[in-house]
Amino acid sequence: MIEEKYALELIEKGKRIDGRRFDEFRKIEIEQGIIKKAEGSARVKLGETEVIAGVKMDFGTPFPDTPEEGTLVVNAEFTPLASPEFDVGPPGEDAIELARVVDRGIRESKCIELNKLCIQPGEKVWCVFIDIHMINDKGNLLDASALAAIAALLNTKIPKVENEKIIRGEFEKNLPVVFKPINISVCKVGDKFLLDPTIEEEKILDSKLSISVRDDDKICSLQKQLKELDFDDILKMIDIAVKKSKEIRKMLG
Amino acid sequence: MNEKNVLEVVLPGEFIAERNGKKIGRGVYLEGEKVYSKVLGIPRIEEDEISVIPLAGTYIPQVGQKVIGIISEVEISGWGVNINSPYTAFLPLAEGVEEFVDISRTDISKFYDINDVIYCKISKVTKNKIVQVSMRDFGCKKLREGIIIKVTPTKVPRIIGKGGSMINLIKKKTGCEIIVGQNGIIWLRGERKDKAIEAILTIEKESHIIGLTEKIEKMLGE
Amino acid sequence: MEKKELLKEGRRIDGRAPEELRTIEMKVDVVSRADGSALVKFGNTVAIASVYGPRALFPRHLQELETCVLRCRYNMAPFSVDERKSPGPDRRSIELTKVIRLALEPVIFVEDFPRATIDIFVEILQADGSTRVTAINAASLALASAGVPMKDLVAACSVGKIDGTLILDLNGDEDKNSEADLAFAMMPTKDKVTLLQMDGNLTREEIAKLLELARNTCKKIYEMQRSVLKEKYRRVE
Repeated sequence: MIEEKYALELIEKGKRIDGRRFDEFRKIEIEQGIIKKAEGSARVKLGETEVIAGVKMDFGTPFPDTPEEGTLVVNAEFTPLASPEFDVGPPGEDAIELARVVDRGIRESKCIELNKLCIQPGEKVWCVFIDIHMINDKGNLLDASALAAIAALLNTKIPKVENEKIIRGEFEKNLPVVFKPINISVCKVGDKFLLDPTIEEEKILDSKLSISVRDDDKICSLQKQLKELDFDDILKMIDIAVKKSKEIRKMLG
Repeated sequence: MNEKNVLEVVLPGEFIAERNGKKIGRGVYLEGEKVYSKVLGIPRIEEDEISVIPLAGTYIPQVGQKVIGIISEVEISGWGVNINSPYTAFLPLAEGVEEFVDISRTDISKFYDINDVIYCKISKVTKNKIVQVSMRDFGCKKLREGIIIKVTPTKVPRIIGKGGSMINLIKKKTGCEIIVGQNGIIWLRGERKDKAIEAILTIEKESHIIGLTEKIEKMLGE
Repeated sequence: MEKKELLKEGRRIDGRAPEELRTIEMKVDVVSRADGSALVKFGNTVAIASVYGPRALFPRHLQELETCVLRCRYNMAPFSVDERKSPGPDRRSIELTKVIRLALEPVIFVEDFPRATIDIFVEILQADGSTRVTAINAASLALASAGVPMKDLVAACSVGKIDGTLILDLNGDEDKNSEADLAFAMMPTKDKVTLLQMDGNLTREEIAKLLELARNTCKKIYEMQRSVLKEKYRRVE
């Protein structure tokens, strides 16, 4: 409680607890291929916030209206070990919202060429499962998760298939990924915008707009969170996100 | 002949008036010097106060109000009282009973038991709406026999009328004993209580219509 | 793969112009047991909302000492869609429950009712696109008619893009096949946005145009909400 009040006081004076600029992210670390059993994986750290995304691929049936396209499923777990505020049990509304927002960024950007994942039209396609586990919640899980998801996808290889069976551990080729959508949550406290809030800062935010930006600056998803937004702030926040996304995308190589 | 005989209703967020030094009453909020309505209701701009009378809403206890409550719990040194509010009130032993009571030997349900109906006063409301009631006030008593009905609490002033004119009219014309709690609970006893209830429910439904008094007089006339 | 043609000679499949709303119907006091309720229809999308409260909140550990807790539930009836939807909350309903609650919370004076709760229940009886904004419009009316103190009403609408054209109030087919769809809710007299969700593919300029369209539409929807609430207490003899 004391830290939150202090964070607010500092922000009003134009400073942040850790001395960062308002548009500065904490130290970003991206490590790919850390989970041997997954077809693709990545660990992302934003400062002390840590998440791990693992990609598994499996056979599945296509949707009736897209018989020649692979499918995508995104799930997020707010694992109890990551925070005293996470409970044991199935995903609650926050975990579900996070998964669905990350899903939108990946899906609407069309970054995975799903039409190259068809095995038998109308019957059998590849299904891409992205599971994101929170490891340490020190704020801004959404941006970390979205970054981990795309980093894991870029690391993913399609497994080898022999006699209609998946041979785990042996691979055919890379998953076809053609865009790198980046999610930036632009936050507002009073009249100031800030990026990459720490867990203390998260508790004193007024509003937040999460924006997923594609390589060509197209916006693929918007999600307003927390309290109300001023109408005139929306485009300002989008501009901040577009600018920042370029910087972060470079880190994906 | 079509005549609009209704007071104009305002919505939450609707501008009422400039403050001009007046007191901010209930049902409104201030933004700068502009007063806006908080609720769906009838605006009242008086000489010294701006307020909006809500047309609906739950009962929020205020110190000094007299309400009708139902005993919901018998505890060790007092009783829990349901006062038709999100907030259950507490009637301490000393506020409910005049004589000295040895709680180690007495079962206090002999004074007030579960489902007893009482007419009591709100004696204390804390910031977090912890509520205490008392029987130590003029007119406070256990209400025996009779029945109770519930109306929208915001309609109580209309049911009572200016200086009690409306409720006295109903009492006179029906010969019933009627006690109206500020919390929207009304207790009635008497042979013609169904006539009284009909009148009360009509007032509740049509409280915003001018000319209601005449209508009620007519209704009770026979 | 056959793509549905949503726009033919400037007209949408249901005959509307790009920036035309469907027929809207609004009614209050449709659930007499509730403290406040409303029914809202946008074309064939039908939502009923009930409000209970402020009322006591149990168990006690759920109480907030200084404010009211807002509880919300968005649910789609199994018969509301083409392929029967299994009863109970699915992930989409859970997310929508959250965003709808956050669309309404900013207007409610939660400090007026410490330790209590206000329950908002919305059922979608028929789903033909834009269910969450229909739900918000209904919930806002239900809250006002329940006498819940609020800063403003909340008005909501959907906008989007089909076949390169910007459109207003997406129906079910348009929702499924659009290039982008954006759900928007605001406090009509304060210019504050309480719901903003988009998925699809839009340039910044397209977003700017859609936001203007949404804002102007919400003002129209607000006028409809106003008149249905004022009508409730209007009596002509």
